[in-house]
Amino acid sequence: MSDKILLTVGLASAAFLVRNLYQMFMVLPDEAAQGAIYRIMYFHIPSWFSCFTCFFASGLASGYAIWKKNFRGDSLAVAATEVGLAFTAIGLATGMIWAKIIWGIWWTWDARLTWAFITALIYAGYLMMRSMIDDPGERMRVTGVLSIFAFTSVVITYKAIDWWRTQHPGAILSFRTGGGNTDPAMEAMIYQNWFALLLLTVVLVAVRFRMEESRREIEGLRRAVYAG
Amino acid sequence: MDQRNFTYMFYGFAAAWLILALYVVSLVARGRKLSEQVETLKRTIKQEKA
Repeated sequence: MSDKILLTVGLASAAFLVRNLYQMFMVLPDEAAQGAIYRIMYFHIPSWFSCFTCFFASGLASGYAIWKKNFRGDSLAVAATEVGLAFTAIGLATGMIWAKIIWGIWWTWDARLTWAFITALIYAGYLMMRSMIDDPGERMRVTGVLSIFAFTSVVITYKAIDWWRTQHPGAILSFRTGGGNTDPAMEAMIYQNWFALLLLTVVLVAVRFRMEESRREIEGLRRAVYAG
Repeated sequence: MDQRNFTYMFYGFAAAWLILALYVVSLVARGRKLSEQVETLKRTIKQEKA
C-alpha cells in the first residue's frame, strides 16, 4: 500500500474519530441508568470488534501463508495479530473501568471475561513464540497453525454470553437481539466508531506489515553477511 | 450532559487513547531501529564486496 493511500486512510480515520467524539459528547443523549460512563461502550465494543477482525485476518493470512508458502502472508498475520492485541488491551482496560462503576469491581472471572483474557494470552503467546523460532519457514508453519486454531478462542469469547450465565451483560446490538435493547442512534454510533477504528487498523497493520518485511530483509542480509 | 460517573468515563477514554498512542510510539521507535539495521547491514555487505 503506497504512502499516499496510507496517509489518506489515516486522515479519514482521524476525521471520523473527531466527528464521532463530537457526536458522543454533544449530540447523543445520556443513558438513563449509567450516567456519562455508558459512553465508554463507544470505544469498548468497537475495540473488541476491531480485535476480532484482526485475529480473523491473521488466521486467514496464516492459512494462505502455509498453503502457498508465502512469507508476505506470514508478515500480514503477525501485523494483524499485534494490532489486534493492542485493541484487546483497549477492550480489557475500558471494560474494567466501566465495570468498576457499574458492578463495583474491576474484574470478575466470569466466562466472557475469562475467555477474553485467555484469548489475549494465546495471541501474546503467538508473538512470543515467533521470537523463539529462528528458521523462517518453521516459524511460519508453527505460528501459522497456532493463529488458525487460536481463532476458536475468539469464537468462544464472542459466544460466551450466549452459552453461559455471565456477569458481563448479554447481547445489546440489534443484529443479535432483533432490536429493542439499544437506542438506534446509540447503536449507530457503535458501528460508526468501529468503522473509524477499522480505518485506523488498516493503517497500523500496513505500517506493522512493512516492519515485518524489513525484519525479514534483515534476516536475509544477515545470512548474506555470515555466508560471505 | 449527565455528570454522573464523568471521572471514570474520562479514565476510560484516556486509557483507550493512551494505549493507542503508546502502540503508535512503539511502532515508530521499532521502525526506526529496523531501518538503521537494514542500512548498517547493506553498508557492511557493500564494504565486504569492495
